[in-house]
Formats: sequence, structure tokens, C-alpha cells
Amino acid sequence: MKIINFLKPFLLLDFLKAFYLAQKYFFRKKATINYPFEKGKLSPRFRGEHALRRYPSGEERCIGCKLCEAVCPAQAITIETQPRDDGTRRTLRYDIDMVKCIYCGLCEESCPVDAIVQGPNFEFTTETRKELYYTKEKLLENGDRWETVIAENLEADAKYR
Amino acid sequence: MIYLAQTYFIEVMTIILYCLLIFIPLLLGVVMALYADRKIWAAVQKRRGPNVVGPYGLFQVPADGLKFIFKEIILPDGSDKTVFLIAPIITLALSIAAWAVVPVQAGVVLANINVGILYIFAISSLGVYGILMAGWSSNSKYPFFGALRSAAQMVSYEVSIGFVIITVLLCVGSLNLTEIVMAQKTMWFFIPLFPMFIVFFISALAETNRPPFDLPEAESELVAGYQTEYSGMPFVLFMFGEYINILLMCAMTTILFLGGWLPPIDIYPLNAIPGFVWFLLKVTFVFYLFAMVKAFVPRYRYDQLMRLGWKVFLPLSLFAVVATSSILFFFNLAPGM
Repeated sequence: MKIINFLKPFLLLDFLKAFYLAQKYFFRKKATINYPFEKGKLSPRFRGEHALRRYPSGEERCIGCKLCEAVCPAQAITIETQPRDDGTRRTLRYDIDMVKCIYCGLCEESCPVDAIVQGPNFEFTTETRKELYYTKEKLLENGDRWETVIAENLEADAKYR
Repeated sequence: MIYLAQTYFIEVMTIILYCLLIFIPLLLGVVMALYADRKIWAAVQKRRGPNVVGPYGLFQVPADGLKFIFKEIILPDGSDKTVFLIAPIITLALSIAAWAVVPVQAGVVLANINVGILYIFAISSLGVYGILMAGWSSNSKYPFFGALRSAAQMVSYEVSIGFVIITVLLCVGSLNLTEIVMAQKTMWFFIPLFPMFIVFFISALAETNRPPFDLPEAESELVAGYQTEYSGMPFVLFMFGEYINILLMCAMTTILFLGGWLPPIDIYPLNAIPGFVWFLLKVTFVFYLFAMVKAFVPRYRYDQLMRLGWKVFLPLSLFAVVATSSILFFFNLAPGM
């Protein structure tokens, strides 16, 4: 037994074993995906970039209740409201500071009319900080762009809410 | 006078042409080695490695090189600036110089000198000066420690490499690299000298500061060792020098143990393939082993490294020298006796 233990390092058995293992893994399926070209699957609950949705008629959903502003733990949301000519309350300003935002999803959860949602988009890097201070226009535009996916995701997640 | 200038001009131009004939394939080789290194390392870890720049990511390394060219060369305030800039040049120049005597095919060698192996050994010993100068002139603690470790490591493993080379030379009876290869016509030396082949391979890893012996640049301990203060072109020179050294060690393994440019069996379809293809294939294979070892062997501790060098390899190779020469003498096999 002692002789075997003495000879073991000289025979490089551990080394060969490791080499075999590495060679086996060499041909295994890759664990990583080819990111910019293929993307991992996202849950319908994924909390990405914010969007303000509209009703199918084109009317914006947000009624300016300021629940999201109140619940936001990072105080990233700023809302100013004013009654419109038809007597409904609408937002004048709806700003989200995407730098402050912690993507907790509480705004989405608190919204009584499903107006503010967090969509599946996570690739919204910018070259300046300024571009990350989202305004109402930007958020509505996001909503228009992502509406199909957002509606599908809300539908898929509806039974768990 | 004109006649003299003409003859010298032509002579000098031919030498420069020969140098380029070595240097350009060598640069391409380094680029491919860097690429292969990253790809193999990635594959073992189930990653993809570079695959975006160019087809299969082949242009990743040239792109990196280009990036380094445009980067600022930062000279640390307290550094000895002359030595600081000379160090990478020395490293690169020495590692390229060693390739002058490497035969890639029968007769295809820049300088077919009689003491080729001695020349390579001398040049690669000088290589440690580049690292020492870099570490000292940076005037910073991590490069200094890296250089100290590197010097100690290279010196210790050179001793056992020297003895391994002596065992091979005993079987050949010549210091000429071409003759060393031709002596393996009947049997490649890695069969009769298998333990020495292993010792040489591991020592080559240590000699070129490859993992698992990359203590001089152990990033978890020393940031980047002697390269810490380098940026831009000087860093590229170091990188190239290091990889040319690695390729040189692959080539040395091929020449000393794997029969150089000789085909595995001297039969028709195999010996019709030109020798440099065989040489290239063998160097690639040895480099593949280098890259695989990097992928799966954890780094040695410093005292383990020294123990392996002085307490295991030195006695082993010393014993091998004595044993080989005794056997050769006893059975009257020694060439040139």
C-alpha cells in the first residue's frame, strides 16, 4: 500500500484522470448561449424597462392616482396631475428616474388600471445619464412599442395575481 | 566599392528576408496560439470563447492587439524609465532570437549551427533578465515580487531542463538540432526516455510561466506580477515574448522527443507529406497539451513549486543522466564512442 502511495505521483494518475475529465467536458454541450444573437427565456413576470400602456381606443390608462409614486421605495417616480377638459384626471408629468429605480415591481403591482408595467426589455443602456430620466412621452412610446408582448405577459401571469 | 556595397546589400537583404520568413509565421503562430488558448480554456469550462469578431472569432486577437497599439503607454512616476521600456524589448527580442536555430524541416533552418541546443538554452536563460528588469524598474511591490518569484522559478527549472537535455544529447551524440531530429529516425525519443519527456514537459510549463506554475503573475496574489505597471505596446511586447517562448518550448519538446519533422511511420502516404506540416502538427499537439493543463490544473503554491523543482525533478533527472549514460556505455550503444 505504501509503495503504491509512493508511486502514485510518479505515474501521474491524478493528472491523467483530470485530463480525461477535461477532455470529456471539452465536447459537452455549451452551458452559455450566444448572447446578442440568441437570448435566454424570460418569465412573463420579468421586471424590465417600464412602459405606460394605453387602452385599445388609444386613451392612456394612467389616471394619476399617484399610488405608484407613493409606493416606490426608491422614490424614483414623480407625477403631476391636472383635470382635463372632459373632467377626468390625467397626468401632466410622469417621470421615472431609471437610475434610482431598483426594479422591484411595486409600481406595477400597485397600479389599479395596469397602466405602469415593467416590460421584458432589459437592453436599454444609454450613453448619457440624461437619457435615463424617462418622461411620460418616452414611457408611452415604450408602451406602444411593447404592447403586444406586455399584454401577452399580463395574460399569462393573470391567474397568479 | 560599388561591387562591395552590392554584394553586402544583397547579403543583408537575404538575411532580412530569412528573418521575416521566421518572424511573420511566428507572429501568426502567436495569434493562433492565443486564440486556441482561449478557445480550449473556454471549451473545457463549457463556454464558447471568442466567437464574435470575424469568422469563429478568429480576429479577436488581432483586434485586441490593435486596441493595445492605440492605448496610452503609462510610465509610472517612480520607475526607471529607460529600463522600464527596454525590458519588454529584451524579452521579445530574446524569444524571437531563439527561433533562429529551430529546424522546421530537413535543411529549413535560418542558422544550422553546431551548438543549436546550447544556443537555445543560453537564450532562454537570458530571458529572465527581461522579467527581472521589468519587475525592478517598475518600482512597485507587486512587479518586484513577481520578478523575484519568476527569477527563482526559471532558474530552478532550467537546472532540470538542462539535465533532461543532456540525457537526450547522450543518445544523439550531437548538439545540432537537425541531427537530434535525424537520430530519432528509428524511434522517437519519448518512448525510451518517457520519464524525461514528462519531466521536460512539466519543466517547460514552469519555464514559460504557464499555469499551473504561473506564480509570477498569480492574479489573486500579485495582480499581474511583473506586468502590473505595463500598458499599451510594452505590454503587447511582453505578451508576444511570452507566447513565442511557449511556442519555442513546444517546438523544443517536438524536436527533442517527438521526432521533429519526421512522420510517425516512414511509409508512403505519410512521408509524402512535407516535413514542416508534421512539425506544425506536433507543435500544435504539444500546445494543445499546454492549453489543457492550463484549463484543469490548479496553481501550485510557491513552496510546492520549489520542492518539485529541487527535490523531485533535480534528483530524478540527475539519476536519469547517470542511468542513461551507464546503459549506453554498458551496451556499447553510445553514439560517437
